[in-house]
Amino acid sequence: MADLAPYRAVLSSRIRSQLAYRRSFALDVAGSAGVGLLEFLSVYVIFTNVTELGGLDFAGVALVFAFANLGFSLADIVVGHVDALPTYLRSGTLDAFLLRPLSVLGQLVTSDVQLRRLGRCAVGVAILAVALPQAGIDWGWGAALLVVAIPLVGAVIFAAVFVAAAAAQFWLVDGAEFTNAFVYGGSNAASYPTSVFTTPLRAAVTFVLPAAFTAYLPTLLLLGEPGPAWTPAWLGWFAPVAAVVAWVVALTGWKAGLRHYTGTGS
Amino acid sequence: MNPLRTYVVFAALGFRRYSAYRLATAAGAFTNSVFGLLRAPITMAVIGAAGGELAGYGALEGATYAWLTQAVLTPVNVWTWNELALRIRSGDIAVDLARPVDLQMTYLAADLGRAAFQVLPRGLPPLLVGALVTGLALPTTVLPYVLGLISLALGVCVSFACRWLVNLAAFWLVELRGVLTLHMVAVGALSGLTVPVHWFPDWLARIASASPFPSMVQAPVDLLAGRVQGVEALGVIGVQVAWFLGVLLLGRVVLARGVRRLVVQGG
Repeated sequence: MADLAPYRAVLSSRIRSQLAYRRSFALDVAGSAGVGLLEFLSVYVIFTNVTELGGLDFAGVALVFAFANLGFSLADIVVGHVDALPTYLRSGTLDAFLLRPLSVLGQLVTSDVQLRRLGRCAVGVAILAVALPQAGIDWGWGAALLVVAIPLVGAVIFAAVFVAAAAAQFWLVDGAEFTNAFVYGGSNAASYPTSVFTTPLRAAVTFVLPAAFTAYLPTLLLLGEPGPAWTPAWLGWFAPVAAVVAWVVALTGWKAGLRHYTGTGS
Repeated sequence: MNPLRTYVVFAALGFRRYSAYRLATAAGAFTNSVFGLLRAPITMAVIGAAGGELAGYGALEGATYAWLTQAVLTPVNVWTWNELALRIRSGDIAVDLARPVDLQMTYLAADLGRAAFQVLPRGLPPLLVGALVTGLALPTTVLPYVLGLISLALGVCVSFACRWLVNLAAFWLVELRGVLTLHMVAVGALSGLTVPVHWFPDWLARIASASPFPSMVQAPVDLLAGRVQGVEALGVIGVQVAWFLGVLLLGRVVLARGVRRLVVQGG
């Protein structure tokens, strides 16, 4: 494992530096938890007015929301900062990464792991803890496995979306916000039952941007619901396949982006 | 130079600064439109689940609300803003304070210039997409748009006054990110950005109405959509003016206290 030692050293230094200012770190974690709570507040407000949304009750929608949020925030902790790539490109920091005998993506990922985003994870876990017993799930080994696997597979999918978005920055640079539509729009779409969308939009957030695989489809399996036409519940079993495809696309894009990069200086 | 002209210059600079990045503006408008594509059906689905009408919103009014919030959120600036905080932390604020102009008013002028640039290129694309995808329920007379634009300008002012106040915390704290995030969370939760304030349960509606946040988004969106009209609209604008002046004055008092404890190194 000698070749991982440099990453370990960088990572532990980042983590130590984040914990150095205790009060700031506590405020950061609170802010991150606040973001999760704020998003859930919308779901709560909606269910003070209605009893079902897109075929699911409050507990069901809360599960979709919590799985999507947990998956997204796990991905955000590990690779979320790759969206700072345009800053690296403009300042020329990326050239330093290229000179070192380590993977550029590996260096970028380990350059800044954001522990404060654990606050948002905690919100997702708390919502799961409350909603799971109330969702009327037929518990067995399969259901238990799903509860553990859904956020992990979701995190892998969201991480691929982050990397694919970062790859696009090699061409966009100033247009970095284009990719926000996919990264944060994807997270937003994943947090609601995609059955509320019209069929073309639902197909787009299932097969083009695999947001529905991160929470809604596997949650249908957990609840034993059939799901809407064109995107039935059994697709949920294919979430790991969606994750693999997403990573193949993301890494292909990343390699092409890195080849396209020619530096900023003279 | 007469003071009013100074502020016009600052506003023009704010306008030009943001108009320089065309690709970034296009990218932002694209993202606003995509979020509209997601928010409009969610809003319509909620109204459908409530039986086709919810707190005065039919499906079309609900979709219009979703598109309008996407159109106004960038001019109003509901996200974090830390320019002032960074200048306080680096000590550059000393240079700003040495200028023979009012610090808060120049920042306000620049922010209004920014908003004036962003209102069309960031506002029209989501509305156009909305008109094509779901249709929009917009007023057919001129008055709601006039009142709506006044209310939008006031929304920018209220948003600025709040961001200014939060940034001043940099006089007392070294790292502001958590504070800024919490402010953004409060704006997002209580301004009517993701769900209309009119859908809030009583306890939350009371908290929202005791805060300046609905004056940032819900107020201009209500007036632009023609949901609130006539004397009632003037009442909404009055509330916005009151929050703006109140928070702005508080920002002046806090700035004065912050400046008194400011120590900048160097000759």
